[in-house]
Amino acid sequence: MTKNTLLYAVLVAATVAAPFLFPSYTAFLATLWLFIIVALTWDMTGGQMGYNSLGNIFFYGTGMYTGAVIAIGLYFPVGEWTDASRSEVFSVTASQYYTGMIIGIPGAGLFCGLCAFIIGPLFFGLRGPYFAIGTLGLAIAAGEIVSNIEWLGGGQGISMPHSPLHPDFEKVLIYFLYAGLGVVLFGFLRWFYSTRFGAAINAIRDDEEKAEAMGIHTLRYKTITWAISAVFVGMAGAISAFQLIHFEPLETAYQTINLGIFMVVCVLLGGKGTLWGPVIGAVLFHVFKEVTWNYILGGQWVALGLLIVIIVVFFQDGLMGYLKHVRPGWFGIKVDTKGATS
Amino acid sequence: MSAIIDVSGVSKSFGGVKANTDISMTVEEGGITGLIGPNGSGKTTLFNSIVGYHPVDGGSIRFEGQEISKMLVPEIARLGLLRTFQQTRIYGEMNCVENMLISLPHRKLSIWDAFRRNTSEDRERAEHLLDFVGLFEKRWLQASSLSFGQQKLLEFAMALMNEPTVLLLDEPTAGINPTLINGLIDRLRRANTEFSITLFIIEHNMRVIMNMADTIYCLAHGQMLASGKPEEIQDDQRVIDAYLGAH
Ligand SMILES: Nc1ncnc2c1ncn2[C@@H]1O[C@H](COP(=O)(O)OP(=O)(O)OP(=O)(O)O)[C@@H](O)[C@H]1O
Ligand SMILES: [Mg+2]
Repeated sequence: MTKNTLLYAVLVAATVAAPFLFPSYTAFLATLWLFIIVALTWDMTGGQMGYNSLGNIFFYGTGMYTGAVIAIGLYFPVGEWTDASRSEVFSVTASQYYTGMIIGIPGAGLFCGLCAFIIGPLFFGLRGPYFAIGTLGLAIAAGEIVSNIEWLGGGQGISMPHSPLHPDFEKVLIYFLYAGLGVVLFGFLRWFYSTRFGAAINAIRDDEEKAEAMGIHTLRYKTITWAISAVFVGMAGAISAFQLIHFEPLETAYQTINLGIFMVVCVLLGGKGTLWGPVIGAVLFHVFKEVTWNYILGGQWVALGLLIVIIVVFFQDGLMGYLKHVRPGWFGIKVDTKGATS
Repeated sequence: MSAIIDVSGVSKSFGGVKANTDISMTVEEGGITGLIGPNGSGKTTLFNSIVGYHPVDGGSIRFEGQEISKMLVPEIARLGLLRTFQQTRIYGEMNCVENMLISLPHRKLSIWDAFRRNTSEDRERAEHLLDFVGLFEKRWLQASSLSFGQQKLLEFAMALMNEPTVLLLDEPTAGINPTLINGLIDRLRRANTEFSITLFIIEHNMRVIMNMADTIYCLAHGQMLASGKPEEIQDDQRVIDAYLGAH
């Protein structure tokens, strides 16, 4: 227990100190936190509940747009703003900017949670590969639909209000928004997985028909879990909107083949269905991505493809799964004769 | 005694296969009722119809007087009418204790209870019941690593954890070591008397079912062939013929 507390204290301290110790890596670390958030939330349904969604990026994109619409719409008509397609036409005060952020980010989370709550019962009728493809279709369709809505800037996308901060400070602010969200998410999941709710989604993963036969409210648990994960992804999306200054629908917001796939790779790398797996996977993947994207120019997608093939063929259970296999005692798997009465 | 399950005129067919034809039967409250019949005679199909696993083609099924033939599987389970599976189903990636804890009666849990952790009483009860079926030492092992027979015992313990009013058991002794069967019979009886759970059991092992049941129903070719006390069934020429294939 105390060893754990110490570990967490060190990690939090490192998280706070990092952008000041390594200022040139602030953007890199911010993206790392984004990866951790999307990996952890993907694992809520994919790893812990057995529903492999390929469409969680839908909540990321929707979070971006919701955050933008709130931040702009609080003070200006959104249609005119996007029509001007240059945010310079309107001037935004510092207090307007921060208010937009403070309301926009949680607002985006809530809206995405609500979306998941509404579409959940529809999609959870699908099982296995059908769920994966169905959710992917949702993300692709959403991108196409949004890029045809002129009010949201169409295919051009949206320019965000300008930050009143110097870019270097803005970077640090964005880093702390991601890191704060990530820390809250991790703490939440640590608790969530220890409740009966957490056990119920594990039961759904292991044998949903059995869970139904035992009277578990399967649809209720599935929908709420997806909605909670959507809240966090949506908030991360809104933070990204502020970070990117300008974003467009297909390549940035509903980027199914980039972030939409990366989050799955992170989880597979670290180990599905564990608390630490997605975090460790996100770190490994982000480093891998930076290295290949910077040093094997043009070959990065090949390297990524190879990585996926290697994981899927040789390390299906990821790093944590491998450890569980070779060191079961670390995970409390043991024959225990103590206290038996028969 | 009164009928806690009342099946009347239930039919179910799969394409051309008439798995159940016009079945009527009752399960008496507090007792042990048996269901026998050759392979493919429609026993599991009848269980599936009762617990809402598939819609029936016709007829009515009542549980404690309430019509349940149109209800969904989890709803029926939450009424306290539970089943175990012939193929045995447990949560493979969870350990035995976790399997037990998730089997707490969900009809008694509100959504807010779900956001709590299990209490120490829950844990004690889980360990007590694992001890009851003889799996205490294996309680921290992943359920998928247990043998088939052990999984069968775990599934039985999980069902007890759920505190059902009626428990439908599909071949509880299949795959259990013959030397352990007497112990299992004893536990089933105690589930009936000590935990006052009404049992409805499908069983191929004649010695087991003749020993335990107060009333036995026999299916053949999807039809109710005979019913009565164990000694009557044992001597019934139609039942003997059905089992010997002279039907
Ligand atoms: N889901 C299904 N789809 C198609 N046919 C089915 C289905 N379930 C059962 N049947 C058919 O219904 C008939 C009765 O099957 P059922 O499983 O009820 O028999 P049973 O009495 O439980 O047999 P056993 O003793 O072998 O378990 C069989 O002919 C079977 O092939
Ligand atoms: Mg059967």
